[in-house]
Amino acid sequence: MTTPREFKYVGTRPIRHDGVDKVTGRASYGADVVWPGMLHGFVLRSPHAHARIVSIDTRAAEATPGVKAVLTGKDLPETTATIALGEAAIDLRDVGDNMLARTKVLYHGHAVAAVAATTIDIAREAAEKIQVVYEVLEPVTGIDRAIAADAPILHPALRTKGAASPGAAGPTNIASRLEFKRGDVDAAFAEADVVVEREFRTPMVHQGYIEPHACIARCGEDGRAVVWCTTQGPFVVRDACAAIAGLDPAHVKVIPSEIGGGFGGKIVVYLEPMAIALSRKAQRPVKMVMGRDEVFRATGPTSGSRVRVKLGAKRDGTLVAATASLWYEAGAYRGSPVGAGAMCALAAYKIPSFFIEAHDVVVNKPKVAAYRAPGSPIAAFAVESVVDEIARELKMDPIELRLKNANAEGDKAPYGPKYGPIGLKQILEAARNHPHWTSPLAANQGRGIAVGFWFNAGMNSSATVILDTDGSAAVVTGNPDIGGTRAAQAIMVAEELGIPVERVRPGVGDTDGSGYTDLTGGSRVCYATGMAVIRAAEDVRDQLKARAAQIWNVAVDAVGWENGRAIPPAGTEKAEAMTVAGLAAKMAHTGGPIVGRASLYAPMAGPAFGAHICDLEVDSETGQSKVVRYTVFQDVGRAVHPGYVEGQMQGGAAQGIGWALNEEYIYDADGVMENAGFLDYRMPVASDLPMIDTVIIEVPNPLHPYGVRGVGEVPIVPPLAAVANAMRDATGIRFTELPLSPPRVLEAIEAASAVSVGA
Amino acid sequence: MNGMLAIRYETPQSVGEAVRLMAADPDARVLAGGTDLLVQFRAGVRQPSAFVDVKRIPELMSITIDGQGLRLGAATAAAVIGEHVELRTLWPGLVEAVQLIGSTQIQGRGSVGGNLCNASPAADTTCALIVNRADCVIAGPGGERTVPVEEFCIAPGRTVLQRGELLIALRLPRPAARTSDAYLRLIPRSEMDIAVVGAAVSVTLDANGVCRSARVAIGAVAPTALLVPEAAKALVGSSLDAASLKRAAEAASTAARPIGDKRGTAGYRRTVAGVLTRRAAAIAAGRARRK
Amino acid sequence: MTVTKLHIETTINGEPREFLCDSHETLLSALRNGLGLTGTKEGCATGDCGACSILLDGRLVPACLVLAPEAQGRAVTTIEGLSSGDALHPLQQKFLEHAALQCGVCTPGFIVAAKALLDAKPNPSEDETRYWLAGNLCRCTGYDKIIRAVLDAASEMKESAI
Repeated sequence: MTTPREFKYVGTRPIRHDGVDKVTGRASYGADVVWPGMLHGFVLRSPHAHARIVSIDTRAAEATPGVKAVLTGKDLPETTATIALGEAAIDLRDVGDNMLARTKVLYHGHAVAAVAATTIDIAREAAEKIQVVYEVLEPVTGIDRAIAADAPILHPALRTKGAASPGAAGPTNIASRLEFKRGDVDAAFAEADVVVEREFRTPMVHQGYIEPHACIARCGEDGRAVVWCTTQGPFVVRDACAAIAGLDPAHVKVIPSEIGGGFGGKIVVYLEPMAIALSRKAQRPVKMVMGRDEVFRATGPTSGSRVRVKLGAKRDGTLVAATASLWYEAGAYRGSPVGAGAMCALAAYKIPSFFIEAHDVVVNKPKVAAYRAPGSPIAAFAVESVVDEIARELKMDPIELRLKNANAEGDKAPYGPKYGPIGLKQILEAARNHPHWTSPLAANQGRGIAVGFWFNAGMNSSATVILDTDGSAAVVTGNPDIGGTRAAQAIMVAEELGIPVERVRPGVGDTDGSGYTDLTGGSRVCYATGMAVIRAAEDVRDQLKARAAQIWNVAVDAVGWENGRAIPPAGTEKAEAMTVAGLAAKMAHTGGPIVGRASLYAPMAGPAFGAHICDLEVDSETGQSKVVRYTVFQDVGRAVHPGYVEGQMQGGAAQGIGWALNEEYIYDADGVMENAGFLDYRMPVASDLPMIDTVIIEVPNPLHPYGVRGVGEVPIVPPLAAVANAMRDATGIRFTELPLSPPRVLEAIEAASAVSVGA
Repeated sequence: MNGMLAIRYETPQSVGEAVRLMAADPDARVLAGGTDLLVQFRAGVRQPSAFVDVKRIPELMSITIDGQGLRLGAATAAAVIGEHVELRTLWPGLVEAVQLIGSTQIQGRGSVGGNLCNASPAADTTCALIVNRADCVIAGPGGERTVPVEEFCIAPGRTVLQRGELLIALRLPRPAARTSDAYLRLIPRSEMDIAVVGAAVSVTLDANGVCRSARVAIGAVAPTALLVPEAAKALVGSSLDAASLKRAAEAASTAARPIGDKRGTAGYRRTVAGVLTRRAAAIAAGRARRK
Repeated sequence: MTVTKLHIETTINGEPREFLCDSHETLLSALRNGLGLTGTKEGCATGDCGACSILLDGRLVPACLVLAPEAQGRAVTTIEGLSSGDALHPLQQKFLEHAALQCGVCTPGFIVAAKALLDAKPNPSEDETRYWLAGNLCRCTGYDKIIRAVLDAASEMKESAI
């Protein structure tokens, strides 16, 4: 074990560099730009959840004065390309079909045509003149219907991938089935003193970023396209646009705007290839901006689910066996995060024997996209609720039960690898020792705890550090900054070069101006791209040492580096330590400009755990509940900018609380979403929440020079169960279906009191 | 060719001018705060031929309180009402209801008249106006007429307003001694939602604290807000003790004839109508006792 | 062809301005598209998110539910009008110091709404602040740091006023 490094800038809270632009309204987001000659695009969407497209007649729209281009699925080539994304892959044929339906519409709001016109009003009115003849089919609006023997089939060619269930051979809505197992589960359950089994359901929920999808694209006569858009992954957009619009990726440049939230939902393309194709037809730039209802209906929420979990424990609290059966809605096309859910489900616990099966189910709802630790919150809701029940059966403190079974360094993770240093026990101990855990509860209040896990990601990153003659530096990466990563990157450069963090200018490059970098997601930016930034800064430092060696006429290896200064070897004549600024001033005479660069592929990352304590107050006459106290404990490895680390912990908790209490996609029998707006899709507002206390725990990640772990995703994992466990504590009722909305809670309270009156 | 571009924007300076504009064009719509109208317009639910912006008419934008009571200009923004100290003192329940309409931003635009004319069964102000015996002052080609507020809405989205008519004010009689009101609603969050159920209660006590008269109205439990005389009857003659409040609650639940929808089941609404009636009555009683 | 655009004279951030608009156009659209003031954001267009918060004659309103011609003769304040000269408004400064923004797209709306709060109530409680700002959705921060920033700005403005 090396001695911990002492940091000068890491762990401080400088004002973010992009901050002033954001508090003054100057920052440019997706919809904030105007290009000369620009047209406005409007998308015509399906009024049916499931239908065959018989014909589309666009003549009336095309004849409308002011209309410059009309697009349907037939105008775009079919692609078989994929984009690698960690262990998963994005199937661009499905992405293209999802963006603009070809033969079938698979959800209400599925795009069928697009119009570009001189004004948005003209584009909208022209789109309404497009005649689409549909053959309406029965919609499949949930898992139960999708897997029924007589279910309508969404994709006739779809066959179950992976470990198929017995007898499943023909057309199906089950896109894949996975199994994970260890030991002899039946024998292990036979040994258990206590067994608890429950089935849980969660509805589709949306990331709820405040900025709708927006882009502007220009495609010239030469087939070269430039796209400005709000995205988490400009390189993903570039490759997807090229494949779907039928362009050479070498001819596509993507400029990421400031991004107004994404949480995983701004990775897939919904507008950009359409804007390019419209622009190519019209030979003018085309701007496309989604309305909020389009964001809800036609972008990617996360899965609705059905999860059955069974746990067995010995009288002393040792967990001995587990089974879990996970069914996740993928939406219209295959690819739910059920695999990740299955891998995360038991990640916290040493359980010698388990069997997990995971099903990916297509339904007539929007295709799901990533949402913050995709798949894990749903699994944790089920498992952590059952763990809570086990603790109750055993009359054991739920933190003690978790500590007794907690995985630690050297234990084999249920999903395969051996854990390195992880902070699960540390966060549980911190929770146990925190005043929140032992503070008294008022009447009608309950307390719950739950833990959560996320792998975190590494993957491809590049960084460039550019030294200026005044000794300041710019750092450029290809990751849109979604929550303060530029500030963290500036801190890293400052730390490595020993220059004030205010003298570092962090920036986000476009796809031509930065090395290939995977998307902002997987909690990978501060970790993997941060590593690239540190190495690029080290590269600058090495070049500065070489320049000093040249000036002093000594060997490079003999030059030292301390506190941002090159140190000459002892006894060198007329040589004094030189600062970065001093060396930078002499760059022109010592070899020219200095640019540091680094690119890397990080195959692994530091997995992380969080534990949340929730106090809930319940009005037993109305079923209404309110979070009255909430504390988040998380192993972050190393907090580079603690303010933004806390912000991730608080924001993730708030999203999870919303998922637990009020958020849900509500569908009618025809598969039409009934609450596609912020009025009835009820995300938490400021008056719904208390201050969210945070406890940062730092168990350094040995894979990163500073010990950084991904932070952003873990905090959305525990709240679903933490809230439900608090509800159980307050009401005596175990809720197995989300959200815990007042009608559902009151109905259960009334049913329970009817039973107790009857008994 | 382009329907939207043909929409007119009118700013009448007087009630007469507004009436003439409305009478001349059946598809013209009154624009007050716009918090319902513009949302419906954008969603394609309503396609008016003209927006008649009535906010430049002084009579629709004023609050006057005298010995007779309150005259509230129909387009007065909720935020302005909330800031009116005397109005808050005399009708705390009404102001409570007004201040529950949407966010602070919506408060800056939305009006009681607009809330009423939108004729949503869940409108927060309707119940509070009903228990305070409000009259709607309607101007039309034939002059002014008044309608009791409980008769103003006739179905979801429909009112008694005839062609050329517009709601210009609400008139509320000055409350008798030891009279007060309260409004409560149930929403899933703490703010920003449409009422799943609403309940307003006004009570008048005698010197001994016995309830001499009462009015109870419940919202979002029927096509229009309901005045529930049975619930009021349960309160009158009592000292507003727990037993009488419970009877009022039961009467409210019985009177409710809700539907189930995305915001709540019918059974939930019926139960909570009673709970809120009981709680609102207790609050109104407490306020009346302090007067 | 008849003239379909309306000519509007108004005051924006203290400056007299004129613009042309359609009768059905929102003030939000006129600000963003006609006048180039893109600091005011569109998050929902239904008055449910607060991203387009502006002051109209000093009153906090959602610009998406105001028709552009309604601005005739009125005074409009947007986020672009909050800082003075080279100095940030104390709310802007406190949002930065408290890390009260992540993606930042809701930030202009929050700051304008918070300014209206402090104009009306210079010393708000946490609860009053939370309810006043309930019409401003933030999906990144969980509101904690935003509320702290507003309360801190309030106490600093009070001190500097003494």
